[in-house]
Amino acid sequence: MTAETVAQLCAASKRRGAVLALDGVDLAIARGEVYALLGPNGAGKTTAISLLLGLLRPDSGEVRLFGLPPEHLAARRRIGVMLQSAGLPDTLRVGELIAQVRSYYPQPRSLADVAALAGIETLLNVRYARLSGGQQRRVQFALAVCGRPDLLFLDEPTVGMDTESRVQFWKTIRELVTGGCAVVLTTHYLEEAEALAHRVGVLAQGRLLAEGSLDTIRARVSQRQIRCISTLTAEQVQAWPLVHSVQREGDWLRIVTPQPEPVLRELFAADAQVRDLEVQRAGLAEALQTIAREAA
Amino acid sequence: MNALMFDAISRSSLALEARLEFLRLLRTPSFAIPALVFPVMFYLLFGVLLAKPGASVQVAHYLMATYCVFGVMAPGLFGFGVSVASERDKGLLALRRALPMPPLNYVGGKLAMAMLFAVIIFAMLALAGALLGGVRLPPSQWLQLGLVMAFGVLPFCALGLLVGSFANGQAAPAIVNVIYLPMALLSGLWFPLKLLPAAFQSLAPVWPAWHLAQLGLMSIDQPSSGTLFGHLAYLAVFTGLIGYFAAKRLQREP
Repeated sequence: MTAETVAQLCAASKRRGAVLALDGVDLAIARGEVYALLGPNGAGKTTAISLLLGLLRPDSGEVRLFGLPPEHLAARRRIGVMLQSAGLPDTLRVGELIAQVRSYYPQPRSLADVAALAGIETLLNVRYARLSGGQQRRVQFALAVCGRPDLLFLDEPTVGMDTESRVQFWKTIRELVTGGCAVVLTTHYLEEAEALAHRVGVLAQGRLLAEGSLDTIRARVSQRQIRCISTLTAEQVQAWPLVHSVQREGDWLRIVTPQPEPVLRELFAADAQVRDLEVQRAGLAEALQTIAREAA
Repeated sequence: MNALMFDAISRSSLALEARLEFLRLLRTPSFAIPALVFPVMFYLLFGVLLAKPGASVQVAHYLMATYCVFGVMAPGLFGFGVSVASERDKGLLALRRALPMPPLNYVGGKLAMAMLFAVIIFAMLALAGALLGGVRLPPSQWLQLGLVMAFGVLPFCALGLLVGSFANGQAAPAIVNVIYLPMALLSGLWFPLKLLPAAFQSLAPVWPAWHLAQLGLMSIDQPSSGTLFGHLAYLAVFTGLIGYFAAKRLQREP
């Protein structure tokens, strides 16, 4: 483990009931990087986060947070946490909630700084129950950053935020990362991972199927997609070389191929009336589906 | 654990935690109103207004001690039981554990809250007794009764913690009420036990509330059963055992 590693799972396995929720997973988060953990529900994301946070202990393997066991207070004083469900006390005011979590840290940010960072300056005297869903999420973010963490855990952070708040939120995260803060992010919004992550880990059925930069992950999928309006039938097109699959959706024809150029030549030759043509590289979503399919 | 367990950060954090836990419950009407109003209300009704004229001062003394016990059961049972169950349910306990919350904060803050509520409930009953019930005690006995109630909340905190450690947020209030009301009745807190059938009277030493009531009565020289040591030993063992099982259960992985 290098000095720059802030959090690490080493061959970590964890059984939850009858299911092997995590099966020998190795991963390491470096200082100042945003690591997005992706995968379908039940893939083991929550279990992985819970191990890193010390909420669960691995059945085998090892977990390290800043080189220490995660239940160690000295390690946890360097992290900030935003979980999916927070259930903060309804009757306390926002300022009181921040004061409470600030008191856990040796050198917390000032209340004014925290409020500015999370954009909740006007809400400090409001009781938590009176806030909208998006405002509550921002308060939870304020609690996560109030201790000047070196590592931030964000579990589905922008659920319930509108598009504008989400973009503002991403901007704030990037500023924190520029300041040297590492982030472990789990999200269902792939554009969130594409907007923030330096590296992506793909979990499915408890195993880490792929890991690397966004480009590396996207490159795992060589397929391109051709969409056009054409009178050709799916059966005709399927018979061409290099065609992986064909689907008709109303007027539209959707052709998936590893190599679009020869297929396009065939297409123009067979149908002079073809129109509204699009060729797309697979996005992160297609990449994840392909990786999951290959593993199954 | 480690040396950081009770450093300066942990101490000041614990004080804040206790204050906020108290504020949180004080601002929760479904807790604060029954906990603060019912004991005084029932005491004034049964101990002062409805007492037989000849025996009224005696009754006002006796029932002041037992209604104090009825009062301090609530912050322990509800403040721990219902709060812990719903905080477990809603994920707040997990968040607190993930954050660097000093390990003593969670239970420590709630204990301090419960003792503060116990002292306030005692003070309200003492005022009601002295001003409206004709209760007259030497200062040392007032102090003794206050101390019995301040620490007497602890067994009920342990019991509440046990309920909170296994019940979910929906079931916990019902479970706590099923413990709270029958135990108050069967421990002779609402009226003296001798008005109940003999079978229930012989069952009384099972209930921690009965032991605490005897300590309260002893502290103000009212007729009581058993020995000081017996009651203290029962309550200490009860608190220790129940608290130990509750803590074990809470530390289990979710």
